Amino acid sequence: MTEKIGVYVCHCGTNIAGMVDVEGVAKWAAERLAHRGVVIARDYKFMCSSLGQELIEKDIQELGLTRVVVAACSPHLHEQTFRTACARAGLNPYLCELVSIREQVSWVHTDKAAATAKAKAVLSGGVERVTHHAPLEPLRVPIHPATLVVGGGIAGIQAALEIADSGTRVYLVEREPSIGGHMAQFDKTFPTLDCSACILTPKMVSVGNHPNITLMTYAEVTKVDGFVGNFEVTVTQKPRYVKVDLCTGCGVCEEKCPKKVVDDIFEVGLGKRKVIYRPFAQAVPKYPVLDRENCTYFIKGTCKACEKFCPTDAIDFEQKEEIITLKVGNIILATGFDLFNAHRIPQYGLGRLPNVFTSLEFERLCNAAGPTNGNVVMRDGTTVPKSVGIIHCVGSRDENYHAYCSSICCMQSLKFAHLVRERTGAEVYNFYIDMRAPGKGYEEFYHRLLEEGVHFVRGKVAEVSAFARLPGEEGHLIVQVEDTLIGKQRRIPLDMVVLSAGLEPRHDAKQVAKVFGISCSADGWYIEKHPKLDPVATMTEGIYIAGAVQGPKDIPASVAQGAAAAARVMGRIQQKEIALEPVRASIDETRCSGCRICNALCPFNAILYHADTAVSEVNPALCQGCGTCVAACPAGAISGTGFSDEQVLSQMEGLLLRNLQPVEV
Amino acid sequence: MTEAFEPVIIGFTCNWCSYRAADLAGTARVKYAPNVRLIRLMCSGRLDPTFVLKALASGADGVMITGCHPGECHYLEQNYKAMRRYHLLKRMLAQMGVEPGRVKLVWASAAEGVRLAGEITKLVEEVRALGPLNWPTAGVAAALPAKPAALEVPA
Ligand SMILES: Cc1cc2nc3c(=O)[nH]c(=O)nc-3n(C[C@H](O)[C@H](O)[C@H](O)COP(=O)(O)OP(=O)(O)OC[C@H]3O[C@@H](n4cnc5c(N)ncnc54)[C@H](O)[C@@H]3O)c2cc1C
Ligand code: SF4
Ligand code: SF4
Ligand code: FES
Repeated sequence: MTEKIGVYVCHCGTNIAGMVDVEGVAKWAAERLAHRGVVIARDYKFMCSSLGQELIEKDIQELGLTRVVVAACSPHLHEQTFRTACARAGLNPYLCELVSIREQVSWVHTDKAAATAKAKAVLSGGVERVTHHAPLEPLRVPIHPATLVVGGGIAGIQAALEIADSGTRVYLVEREPSIGGHMAQFDKTFPTLDCSACILTPKMVSVGNHPNITLMTYAEVTKVDGFVGNFEVTVTQKPRYVKVDLCTGCGVCEEKCPKKVVDDIFEVGLGKRKVIYRPFAQAVPKYPVLDRENCTYFIKGTCKACEKFCPTDAIDFEQKEEIITLKVGNIILATGFDLFNAHRIPQYGLGRLPNVFTSLEFERLCNAAGPTNGNVVMRDGTTVPKSVGIIHCVGSRDENYHAYCSSICCMQSLKFAHLVRERTGAEVYNFYIDMRAPGKGYEEFYHRLLEEGVHFVRGKVAEVSAFARLPGEEGHLIVQVEDTLIGKQRRIPLDMVVLSAGLEPRHDAKQVAKVFGISCSADGWYIEKHPKLDPVATMTEGIYIAGAVQGPKDIPASVAQGAAAAARVMGRIQQKEIALEPVRASIDETRCSGCRICNALCPFNAILYHADTAVSEVNPALCQGCGTCVAACPAGAISGTGFSDEQVLSQMEGLLLRNLQPVEV
Repeated sequence: MTEAFEPVIIGFTCNWCSYRAADLAGTARVKYAPNVRLIRLMCSGRLDPTFVLKALASGADGVMITGCHPGECHYLEQNYKAMRRYHLLKRMLAQMGVEPGRVKLVWASAAEGVRLAGEITKLVEEVRALGPLNWPTAGVAAALPAKPAALEVPA
């Protein structure tokens, strides 16, 4: 045994030492693993501290260690820390192995003896494995300076602007005809009640005019190839039937189009739009889109009113879907959320009782540019309600739908209460389970509403019905609720009910995640690399998330994440290249029989077959190191750097304590 | 001296999902049986079935193979390949006289710490019920590819 291995067991304060006899483990390693090359085994309070790291560095220099094993927390947390320490002392960083005795031992077990025994086994596995490590150099790949942002809601807009302002190219791909996202549908925003359009429109315009932003609306990303630094992205541009280089956005086509249809998207079914349309007046870009499904020309072959009147001949009925390929170095996903479908709770009467509205419908009612010009009226379009009920937590905090809190609905319900009071003077009842107002200025807003005379009823609404039983209920919606503050069932007759539906992941969040190779939580929100310390990165290098796509959040938090993701990307671009783990497969051509079994297995088509020499070869630029081919090769010709058979099997022998002589634990 | 049987389980985890699920179980202080010892692979697709046989031949009483849920593999679809190998392996184990219940495939996403912990404890109990494996190590091990040379060297 020629290796000189240093072993370092961390107390992590009491995090590990409270459940594992760390001194005992270190002593055991010094005695029982000496024949395996362990020349020094120490325990220390905090290995990751600078003093802890210096301990390793000193031993490398003074004892000439050739391998280092640290038994501490998860490699996902501190692998880099200890590798860097080794590198500082002149030891190749890949000759250091971090084994987890915190996440995988002390935090999950309750029996001290068993936990200590397991810690020994885990450490022994690390010692065996590291023996088979080879010095490696990280792979350096250049970072393409362009960035793709997917989704043009407030989060994506913020991210795109930050990056574009720093001087590099951004492609912003938005599925709808205009950017703006949900925020464009609102009238006022809590808690300051500033007008949504007033703060959003300038940003949208900046995106539209920015010399560094290529805006692609009415388009979707359909394929992503490559990896961090060098993604090749396929964008499918749906036909607008409008030549954007000719269109001036004058809107004559929209005016002259004789056909109106219900707008289910922007106006959530409350208003109508023309067949050739812009979803709203401030839309960016200014070019309309022609809705082929409803177009009289496409259905009957005649009409073309838009074409006749367009002063610049910009209408083009022959336009086809276009496939565009982009090269980018980094990607930010900001595709936002969908509103919970409140039809799923039949007892709340949505769709059955006309005067039950969803929150988004109510936003449109309040919006001065909306279908009622900002008048809060009932479904008949004219009657002003005298009493309005607002139900919080619809579909949220409910085991039957979503167990999580949608985080914005309490505040949005308070905003609605204020708007109803302001615009109609009606009596307002807010039905809440708990009032959640944790943001800056939020609690103050709640108190303001208390003073505005809104009735707050604490209890989960059982039912909204139209069955009058008691005097005064005739002709009203009746909200049945247990008022938990007075301990009584109440029936409250109201003219109008608004359902504050929760936020949920986009209906297609899973498919989109697949296109980009990232993962979703059980609920369907995209998973961040670390819930506290790395909220905008994902586990896939080069792909970031921002805004509600990561979980329910309000506008300020979405903007902060958009900017944060942008900062991460800008940092990458500045560095010009990135060091990647050198985990790659390679084929020993003298052992390869040319069976080609591996060729079809590789998900990245990294293996090519040389017909002339009848052997396969791995292209290291394409290989991502999954190891599937290594496991499959019948000739044992493929080995995986960093995950070789020897490394895995020796770790296993170590874990099973086959390396001890004699065995007694 | 007879001691209560404590099974030893080797668990193969993938770097992107199940290893992170194990991390999450730790961070959330979810408790599970201490009988499992994990090995990190980049992907369940890396799992060479001989790893499992070697584990059983070298003293493990059971093996848990884990990976990302179907459709969520970091390398697109390598977990389907792991699944195919797993099913073949189970048949082979039965033919070799080893209870197939000693080897289990579990999908766990990075968010499923609780689930992974539950599955570990369940497998430990199932293997405990099966009893020690005591595989005729010599014969089987000889039939398997050679062990890493360094491990042949005793103290
Ligand atoms: C009724 C209601 C009222 C609210 N009121 C307030 C308020 O007053 N104050 C406040 O702070 N917050 C409020 N919120 C929360 C606010 O809506 C969110 O914080 C914010 O919209 C999140 O922005 P986002 O950019 O992450 O997502 P979104 O606004 O959902 O934008 C996502 C964008 O991505 C696009 N997209 C989706 N999928 C794709 C795809 N596959 N490819 C390309 N593009 C795609 C969408 O078309 C959209 O433009 C409210 C929410 C609701 C439901
Ligand atoms: S599986 Fe092995 S032997 Fe067959 S082509 Fe690939 S590397 Fe060569
Ligand atoms: S390790 Fe995976 S990605 Fe690399 S060549 Fe083999 S199959 Fe392809
Ligand atoms: S990366 Fe987890 S199974 Fe492939």
